[in-house]
Amino acid sequence: MDGVKSIPSPAISADERSHEVDHPSSQVAHFGTEQPLRLDCGVDLTPFQIAYQTYGELNADRSNAVLICHALTGDQHVANVHPVTGKPGWWETLVGPGRPIDPKHYFIICSNVIGGCMGSTGPASINPATGKVWGLDFPVITIPDMVRAQAMLIDRLGIDTLFAVVGGSMGGMQVLQWTAAYPTRVFSALAIACATRHSAQNIAFHELGRQAVMADPDWHGGGYADQGIHPHRGLAVARMAAHITYLSDAALHRKFGRRMQDRELPTFSFDADFQVESYLRYQGSSFVERFDANSYLYLTRAMDYFDIAADHDGVLAKAFADIKTRFCVVSFTSDWLFPTSESRALVHALNASSARVSFAEIETDRGHDAFLLDVPEFFDISRAFLQSAGKARGLTGKKDG
Amino acid sequence: MSVQEVLPLNGATTKASDQYRADHVLVADMVKPGSKVLDVGCGEGDLLQLLETRGIDGRGIELSREGVNRCVAKGLAVVQGDADTDLVNYPDDAFDYVILSQTLQATRQPRVVLENLLRIGRRAIVSFPNFGFWKMRLQLLIGGHMPRTENLPATWYDTANIHFCTIKDFVQLCDEINVKMERSVALDLYGRPVPLNLPWWVWNMFGEQGVFLLSRGGGK
Repeated sequence: MDGVKSIPSPAISADERSHEVDHPSSQVAHFGTEQPLRLDCGVDLTPFQIAYQTYGELNADRSNAVLICHALTGDQHVANVHPVTGKPGWWETLVGPGRPIDPKHYFIICSNVIGGCMGSTGPASINPATGKVWGLDFPVITIPDMVRAQAMLIDRLGIDTLFAVVGGSMGGMQVLQWTAAYPTRVFSALAIACATRHSAQNIAFHELGRQAVMADPDWHGGGYADQGIHPHRGLAVARMAAHITYLSDAALHRKFGRRMQDRELPTFSFDADFQVESYLRYQGSSFVERFDANSYLYLTRAMDYFDIAADHDGVLAKAFADIKTRFCVVSFTSDWLFPTSESRALVHALNASSARVSFAEIETDRGHDAFLLDVPEFFDISRAFLQSAGKARGLTGKKDG
Repeated sequence: MSVQEVLPLNGATTKASDQYRADHVLVADMVKPGSKVLDVGCGEGDLLQLLETRGIDGRGIELSREGVNRCVAKGLAVVQGDADTDLVNYPDDAFDYVILSQTLQATRQPRVVLENLLRIGRRAIVSFPNFGFWKMRLQLLIGGHMPRTENLPATWYDTANIHFCTIKDFVQLCDEINVKMERSVALDLYGRPVPLNLPWWVWNMFGEQGVFLLSRGGGK
């Protein structure tokens, strides 16, 4: 069939993207062979680097640091223009001047996770042992590995206790891992749209995405970098499938319904007749401009392996025994990727540990993505939680608008 | 333990401020400073806020999502939950006090809830509307219909209150499950304590609500 467009090729070249991998436009913390990152898989990753952004000033007591943990396809550019895409920061609704997490009051840190592709060491980085891109030779990493690396960065920055650790989705998993691994270093924790383990359904969706990447002949068994290509079609399909899971039936219906894209009648082809198809293709193609395919495999795998209870004799409450951290857990009614039941299980475990926890379920039809969108009730809750924790932490006189 | 022994006790020294409800002030006065408190059915968090002003570490459970979200937006440590099903998740002796304010009558299993309160908390503070209040009795006796009052305006078919009791009933239940009543106060329709020197049946008649400080009784 002529005239049928497949997923468009990315407008940004692979070179532009891979430049950020090794030479990020962020600050970079280098860890030499004297400071290896001990990974759960048994490998010592060394040397390695972490790319990070900061906003605001660390106070004299070093007590106002807020760590933002990014989600699967996020990065450290939480509240600044993205160096590759030129788009605004991915969480500017929550982080920034006048927002609940305001650099006027807090020293805000956001780092690219280990295994990522925006400057922290990952499969797209150069393996110093071979001088070539790591590819699948990169060791498999876990959420605890990501957090261990972040803790090394926080040490490097001279911060003992974080005022808050904040994140949604995979970022929320990191928040929970922080509290389980370093309970005394986290004063307050804001865990949004997340879970203490990845469900079978979510693992299944991730496997679908990984298989889409691996089925692309340009993937070359993970060695595409040596060929100077990128499996953008497979990665775009993975992103399209994943993107559906971030929305909801109601949101898709409201946004697109069955409306046609720039046409009155169906073309009787497999072109993107429907607006929803066009939207998904756009999501797929814009994603591959900024994300590395192997990195997507590694990070989805890290989420799959996440299960806090399994690391604590199968008893979730043991992970949080006697914890003094103040928790705020937030879920969204239409989120079927990380449904409220997952948050409730976490809250039950925190209650069993007598932890101080607030838990709000916010009504919205916008699905999992709601945590990134403009949902005023969510901001009110985040702001109040952090203000209340700030009062307890002695960050006084810091009322923001 | 008889009704006479437990009812007229001290503790009726409160006055309603403009800001806080009379029964909340009364409950807050029963809590020792520096304690850890769980408020079950905390509504919009008014009592928790009052406790916070007194330096008490308060947590809350609330059934309605709107109530929870308003509490959390006030910076309170409140979770969405149901007194009937979620108290089992809390360990023994997790709190110094567990408060059940105007909620007992809305639970499916008041007796189990009460037992849980005193398992989780070393003490429990329970307040509830008294169905033995004279206005209630009169409406049933003269009017021949299910009572409705200013504080309980719902009709029988849409009320959330499914287990009404009188002060006398409650005292009997406490006796039955070996719960010790440390303090008890009845408030009239205007939130004023019913005078102490009156006999217990006056409380059961003129108390619009009862407020009880409970602890675990000795072994039985």
